[in-house]
Amino acid sequence: MNRQRAQFWIFGGSLSLSLLLMLMPLPQSLAPLKPYWPALVLIYWSLEAPERTGIGLAFLVGLGADLLDGALLGEQALRLAALTFIVLRFRARLRFFPMWQQALAVLVLLFNDRILLLLVRLFAGDPMPPPTFWLAPLTGTLAWPFVFLLIDDVRSRLRAKETSG
Amino acid sequence: MALSHKESSPIFADAAVGTLRLIGYLALACVLMVLDHRNGWLHRARYTASVAVEPIYRLAAWPGQTAQNLRTAFTQRRDLIDDNNRLREALLLAQARLNRMGAVAAQNTRLKQLLDTRRMLGMDVQLARLIDVDLGPSRNRVMIDAGAREGVHVGQVVIDAHGVMGQVVEVLPHTCVALLITDANHSIPVVDERSGLRGIAHGSGVPDRLLVSDIPLSADVKVGDRISTSGLGGRFPAGFPVGTITKVGPDPSGMFAQASAEPAAALARSGEVLLLRDQPEQVGPPKEAPQVGPPVALASTPAQGAQKAAAHPATAAPNAVSQR
Repeated sequence: MNRQRAQFWIFGGSLSLSLLLMLMPLPQSLAPLKPYWPALVLIYWSLEAPERTGIGLAFLVGLGADLLDGALLGEQALRLAALTFIVLRFRARLRFFPMWQQALAVLVLLFNDRILLLLVRLFAGDPMPPPTFWLAPLTGTLAWPFVFLLIDDVRSRLRAKETSG
Repeated sequence: MALSHKESSPIFADAAVGTLRLIGYLALACVLMVLDHRNGWLHRARYTASVAVEPIYRLAAWPGQTAQNLRTAFTQRRDLIDDNNRLREALLLAQARLNRMGAVAAQNTRLKQLLDTRRMLGMDVQLARLIDVDLGPSRNRVMIDAGAREGVHVGQVVIDAHGVMGQVVEVLPHTCVALLITDANHSIPVVDERSGLRGIAHGSGVPDRLLVSDIPLSADVKVGDRISTSGLGGRFPAGFPVGTITKVGPDPSGMFAQASAEPAAALARSGEVLLLRDQPEQVGPPKEAPQVGPPVALASTPAQGAQKAAAHPATAAPNAVSQR
């Protein structure tokens, strides 16, 4: 019971933290490099704990992110739902990739996400974004191993504590 | 291991994640986006949820703020000193500019007052500047930057925005010298505005005092009375303020009263003055005033004789000969 609760806190905490990181202001020159943190965290949980996640949860997280980000209600919901669907569909294969292949897969996922975002923006009537628009997936890919290892480490430590204690 | 039984599931067992559900969610998102784009719901929702949302922004901005604060705290001392010096110089420069602006603004007000006087008078006047002031016990004279070439001639009246200053006594090609009303050698015929009493105001040699002497002991003169030019003698036009009575008392002989007055003109302060031009020469008796009011036969005549007598001493004024 206690363990369940701790797991839940890690789950919820990581998602909230990703939203906060998404909102964190950066200097103008670094802003285009900001990785899409909620996507990374959602990919992790979809890979590691699919019984908790689902398209519905991704949709809700996306709605929350939209509410905070203030661009267009439903934009991130759509992106995250699509992303989670793909990850869940190919979960069994992605899980057993070595880290560099996994990172490549994440790169593809994030690029796909950018394309979706671009479509939505264009439909909404925004102009074509600058070339730096495409840099974020690269930094996201670089950040992926660290996100993965960090959350994994926290979980395994907790598990070790549970079994020993 | 709670997750172990999950991992035994076949590779493509994620059929629960149906394509249908995805399509449903995507459609929902699209509907939301379109509605939001049309109606601006999101803005309203954020507005309503601001109580919850704003602290989150604060929290998200906190790391950046902290970094900035740290940078400020650890800025090198030399940079700070440099900054300080630069700012101090800028402050000095700005203050100098501000002072100059203040002086210009004050000058502007003075000139405006003079302009108003000019308009009010309806007379032909000439604006001139003081170039030299010689205020001492013996000579109360000023030098003005207008001379014969500008049409100035001896005897012209000098006034400022507040009252009579004096008259021109010496003309050079481009400058002239004016004798102030406070010069010990100057006298000006005046009249008490309240009681109508006439008198002569002599300069005292002190730039803030005039002496009105030879007043009958029984005359009606009080402290605070304003005196102005009477127009007698033909040199000064009537009605210009000369000063305010500050003291009344018996003179050394004890037979007459003597009053002190403070000049109305800013004799020690004025920078710009007006020269009255083209005073019609008043030779002989003044022209008869146009007939208004009751017929002449009803008017009483004895006043005219008295006026003539009082005008006599004032004729000495043009060349500023001392009365004493």
